[in-house]
Amino acid sequence: MTVNLSSFIMPLAILLILLIVSAWLIWLERRLLALWQDRYGPNRVGPFGLAQVIADMIKMLTKEDWVPPFADRAVFVISPAITMVTILSAFAIVSFAPGISVASLNIDLLFFISMIALNAYSPVLAGWSSGNRYSLLGALRATAQMVSYEVFMGLSLMGVVALTGSFNILDIVEAQRPLWFCIPQFFGLVVFVIAGIALTHRIPFDLPEAENELVAGYHTEYSGLKFGMFFVGEYLNVILISSLITTFFFGGWLGPVLPPLAWFIIKTFVFICGFILLRASLPRPRYDRLMALGWKIMLPLAILNLVVTGSIILASGY
Amino acid sequence: MLSILKTLWLILLHTFRRRETVLYPEEKRRIPPRWRGRIILSRSPDGKERCVACYLCSVACPVSCISLQAAEDEYGRRYPEFFRINFSRCIFCGFCEEACPTLAIQLTTDFEMSEYVRMNLVYEKEDLLIDGPGKYPDYDFYRISGLAVKGKGKGEGDEELPPVDVRTLMP
Amino acid sequence: MTTASIHIDGNAYSVTAGQSLLRACLSLGFNVPYFCWHPALESVGACRQCAVKLYRDEKDTRGRIAMSCMTPVTDGMIVSIEDPDVRKFRARNIEWLMLNHPHDCPVCDEGGECHLQDMTVMTGHTYRRTRFRKRTYRNQDLGPFVNHEMNRCIQCYRCVRFYRDYAHGRDLDVFGIHDSVYFGRHEDGVLQNIFAGNLVEICPTGVFTDKTGKRHFVRKWDLQTAPSVCVHCGLGCNIIPGERGGELRRIRNRFNGSVNGYFLCDRGRYGYEFVNSPSRVRQPLRRDGRGEHHKPLRSEEARALFADILSRKGRVVGVGSPRASLEANFALRALVGPEHFFAGMADTELALIQRQIDIMKIGPVPAIPLGKVATCDAVLVLGEDVTNTAPILALNILQACRNAPMARADALHIPRWEDRAAREAAQQVKGPFFLITAHDTWLDESAELVFKGTPDDIARLGFVVAHFLDEDCPSVAGMDGDRTDIARTIARSLGQARDPLIISGPGTGSGYVIDAAANIAWALRKNNRNARLSFTVPECNSLGLAFMASQAVDSALAAVERGAADTLVILENDLFRRTDKDRIIACLNACKHVVLLDHLMHGTASLADLVLPVGTFAETTGTLVSSEGRAQRFFQVYAPQGDIRPSWQWMRDAMTVRGTLRGASWRYLDDIIAAIAGEFPELQPVIDSAPPGAFRIKGLKVPRETHRVSGRTSIHADTTVHEPKPPDDPDSPFAFSMEGYGGKPPSSLIPRFWAPRWNSVQALNKFQSEVGSDLVGGDPGCMVIEPNTGEEPVYRQSIPEVLAPSGSLVPVPLYHIFGSEELSMFSSSVAGRAPCPYVALNPRDASRLGLSNGDEVEIAGRWRGPVVLRAGLPEGIVGVPSGLPGTGAGITGGRVDVTKVTS
Repeated sequence: MTVNLSSFIMPLAILLILLIVSAWLIWLERRLLALWQDRYGPNRVGPFGLAQVIADMIKMLTKEDWVPPFADRAVFVISPAITMVTILSAFAIVSFAPGISVASLNIDLLFFISMIALNAYSPVLAGWSSGNRYSLLGALRATAQMVSYEVFMGLSLMGVVALTGSFNILDIVEAQRPLWFCIPQFFGLVVFVIAGIALTHRIPFDLPEAENELVAGYHTEYSGLKFGMFFVGEYLNVILISSLITTFFFGGWLGPVLPPLAWFIIKTFVFICGFILLRASLPRPRYDRLMALGWKIMLPLAILNLVVTGSIILASGY
Repeated sequence: MLSILKTLWLILLHTFRRRETVLYPEEKRRIPPRWRGRIILSRSPDGKERCVACYLCSVACPVSCISLQAAEDEYGRRYPEFFRINFSRCIFCGFCEEACPTLAIQLTTDFEMSEYVRMNLVYEKEDLLIDGPGKYPDYDFYRISGLAVKGKGKGEGDEELPPVDVRTLMP
Repeated sequence: MTTASIHIDGNAYSVTAGQSLLRACLSLGFNVPYFCWHPALESVGACRQCAVKLYRDEKDTRGRIAMSCMTPVTDGMIVSIEDPDVRKFRARNIEWLMLNHPHDCPVCDEGGECHLQDMTVMTGHTYRRTRFRKRTYRNQDLGPFVNHEMNRCIQCYRCVRFYRDYAHGRDLDVFGIHDSVYFGRHEDGVLQNIFAGNLVEICPTGVFTDKTGKRHFVRKWDLQTAPSVCVHCGLGCNIIPGERGGELRRIRNRFNGSVNGYFLCDRGRYGYEFVNSPSRVRQPLRRDGRGEHHKPLRSEEARALFADILSRKGRVVGVGSPRASLEANFALRALVGPEHFFAGMADTELALIQRQIDIMKIGPVPAIPLGKVATCDAVLVLGEDVTNTAPILALNILQACRNAPMARADALHIPRWEDRAAREAAQQVKGPFFLITAHDTWLDESAELVFKGTPDDIARLGFVVAHFLDEDCPSVAGMDGDRTDIARTIARSLGQARDPLIISGPGTGSGYVIDAAANIAWALRKNNRNARLSFTVPECNSLGLAFMASQAVDSALAAVERGAADTLVILENDLFRRTDKDRIIACLNACKHVVLLDHLMHGTASLADLVLPVGTFAETTGTLVSSEGRAQRFFQVYAPQGDIRPSWQWMRDAMTVRGTLRGASWRYLDDIIAAIAGEFPELQPVIDSAPPGAFRIKGLKVPRETHRVSGRTSIHADTTVHEPKPPDDPDSPFAFSMEGYGGKPPSSLIPRFWAPRWNSVQALNKFQSEVGSDLVGGDPGCMVIEPNTGEEPVYRQSIPEVLAPSGSLVPVPLYHIFGSEELSMFSSSVAGRAPCPYVALNPRDASRLGLSNGDEVEIAGRWRGPVVLRAGLPEGIVGVPSGLPGTGAGITGGRVDVTKVTS
């Protein structure tokens, strides 16, 4: 039996880089937030405060790993792992540049959607197993929010699939050579971005953890490494959504002069900054408004987008 | 929708604003004189301890971080036998200064008093007592209190009549 | 007592008619400010602060301002307290009172519990408007107890009214004229009255403050307090000791309408410093052999050693203590077995106290509660020097003497609460108060008739009085005419009285005196249901101990002497105060082991092989039985430091190690109390004397600290910045904390008197069912002795013979309020007022014996001292001070020779 070494190295390298980058994103977010709030942000540990992440990690790892006595222990321990596992798995289909990806499936997109759906279990189980009312409220919000917005996320991508005729990431990127899908699928983009923010439950859609209402929502009782997993998981999620926006709507690695990987990184970085800018700017909507926005605007918009796209495809006679 | 985009744009513009914060400790801000920093015990203009150990600061303290014991010298002047502030509990609210009837306890502009060992934040009277009158240069409680102490007999204070002579029959 | 319906600010209330309107308003809970009025001193109308508005009828809209303390309550009265005019009047009045009040609250010990502060805040005067200079005064040195700061005076006259009118003191008065009156002595000097300490609580501001408290002053809000009982005599006055930082800071009166009322004697108030004494035993001590020095021992070692000593198959004898709680004594009794338990007093004393108990139990005459003495209208004191052995009883007798002369005030329709006028009406008339004692006493000048004689003379006179009251009483042969006349006068007065009271005690050492008192009381009872008895006892739990033991110290020593015992366990006792010194030393040396559980180093402690440190009254919880048979619980004020533990815990642990004894199962104090009640049915009420340790109000304990207590996070910060957990207290319903039930607890659990807006001791008004009467829920304490009203008592028959005259003298113990009590003499302020040992002789006796003032004499071969000539001592008597430190046991009974010592 021959073992293809590169098939091990590539996923490992991607895994490592992702984890490092997501951790470093914590620093980036703090610096950018400070920038937009007329502050300096962490600038003491290492050059530009870059080593702040290491200090934070050391702190988090050495903290007491406490499980509350009233928690459902097994589920409590598993929940943060779910978020890490599902999101990292979702990264399997992301193609950073031609040849730099973990796997290439003919159902790339469906795999991503299913992983994101599984991710919903993490806050739900975490909140429920904590045995804390605030946690449970956070979990309930997370369930509703994630289940709702997954629907439009899937639908918003159907336009892209229809235009490409394939679920495969490589095909989708290649299909954008003439024109990035952000133009024909503008509404798809809008719905996908909003659904993405909701699924990562970041500000302004951070209702499951709304700290001024629910202490810290579903991860109130978490500390140390387990909290760290939720924390890093959120940033992984941000990278995932940003890289998929790049892939589905902004031509992935396509671009002139620079190597494909560079283009991919630049585009993804811009969207990550966009996520942070949203956090710096927007207040949290009321919970019922969030649901109303989802079902009353996003869903019709996504369906309309799909219908119009389909009609045009049919009409233009592909 | 448009307002959201406008918000985003305005926030983005902050990238080019001047920073509001300063890079302490390289750069230090000017501290106003009424800043509530490290607590000191001052002395009256004649150089004696102002504190008369009345316990009002300790009872005013919302975190109970002041304790003391009153004592009295041979001339009747009160002073604290010990006076202890646990700065690891102090919240610098300034209630003690408000409560102090003799203007002895004062909050100063010094706030750089971090320690690695909490015990080092427990200040005794020797650590708290300064040599001057602090913010109030002229105040001397015993001049106006009616009590006799060394150097000031009955009736010798401000706004006091000479002591009553019980044996006089003059109206 | 008729009730009157009065209207106050539009609401109708029903109150007792005839009382002063101020008292009625305060009883109803209104905050009427006042200064010169005091519930015990009543009204004089000096301060003008209690002004209210009175209306003629419903149509009267203007009303008139009147002083409520000088206005009797009448039916249909219409009163306004909140009327704007009268509020303004009160605010202006206090502004005047404050004109000359100095700006020295920060250095005033009264600050924070000052009636003047409370009233100033209550009336709303906040800012000084006057431009003029303040009046000042020079202060006086008034001795070791009371500090004087005249500047603060607001001329309410409470001090002189208490000191002169109430306590019959002479050396404090008001001097000067117009706006420069002066309250003080004619010159610097010690205040002579033994109740002078009450000036501290009587003064509404800081003119008179506690001088001993100045040495370790803390404010009221910082004191940790619990209800307690005074241990300096047998009366059981209720006190509030205050502690902070492991040091007992002061004693304040705890009102109990049935016991001490508003006042304490100076021994009770200032004797507390023994708790902080450098002579305290603070760790277990042992010595390896005779003559060795004591070495400190770890607590566990001491416990093991104690158990080891007990388990060596020795013949163990336990000596209890009349100054230890019932629980501690009972624990010792259980440890050594009832047959080996001896009361820690002289056998003769135990016999006298048991005789008193017997009289109270078999006779129909109940013991009078101390607080009701002032209501009696005729008093006969037989033999006892109550001033020095039961001071508050003396104070109450003085009030009782006023009752009969008050008939003149009643005839003039002057209400008794109108103090000045009532006293003017009564003039200097003395009430029927008869004093039959062995020597001159402070009460002599207040008595209508004084007789002095030997204890036997006293008893014989008493028996004659009884015979005059009831022919069935034995008659006395050989009485001379004078004495018969005296007896007839006394008998007539007592017989005419409505509420006669007979007081006696073991002070003379004669059982005949006690019997005579019993006969008089019983004879009176035949015609008068209200006749009462009062017996004093020497120490705080003498009576309780007498219930538990049938033998005492002399018997215990006899057991050692005849070899029936070789191990002595002594509880809180200095045997040298009980009996002959040489005998004790011989016995202690004869014992294999001597174990002492006590809190102070004294003669016995220095001879003990093992000394275990135990808590004082302030550090333990327990029950004491007072002289009237009232069981009262005193509660731990603070957790003792180091190895100090309650006595019963040392003994319980020893029993636990030995395993077989019943005490091994005692976990809490309540277990012992239940065992006591099981063993002695008459001590059953001890259980009810206070709620048990498990008692909670709304699930909460009662906090010992005030809600304003300060310094929690810094008081221990010099040693650790981690605030220590407060100690648990499973034995009482109190917590060592500021947290707990904030309302008013049951009367036996009141840790301090405080009410919103009332920070001074006057907050007491809010705790009484009616101002000046009993506490809400009844006064604390339970009587353990019930009189036998069923059958006729058999009169005591044995009458002392008249002894043939001889050259020898009859020894009589002389008691000193400052000096005769053991514990208070460890308090420097009290010790400073104690006399040096002396021998008192009548000048005629002295000249007959060829002695003069200051000659060193010896009595009975064991008492030495300089002669003091005392004209008040009758001929044939030699007075020997009792209980002075280092003088050993007193001399009573028989006759002694006084011989001059030539050196």
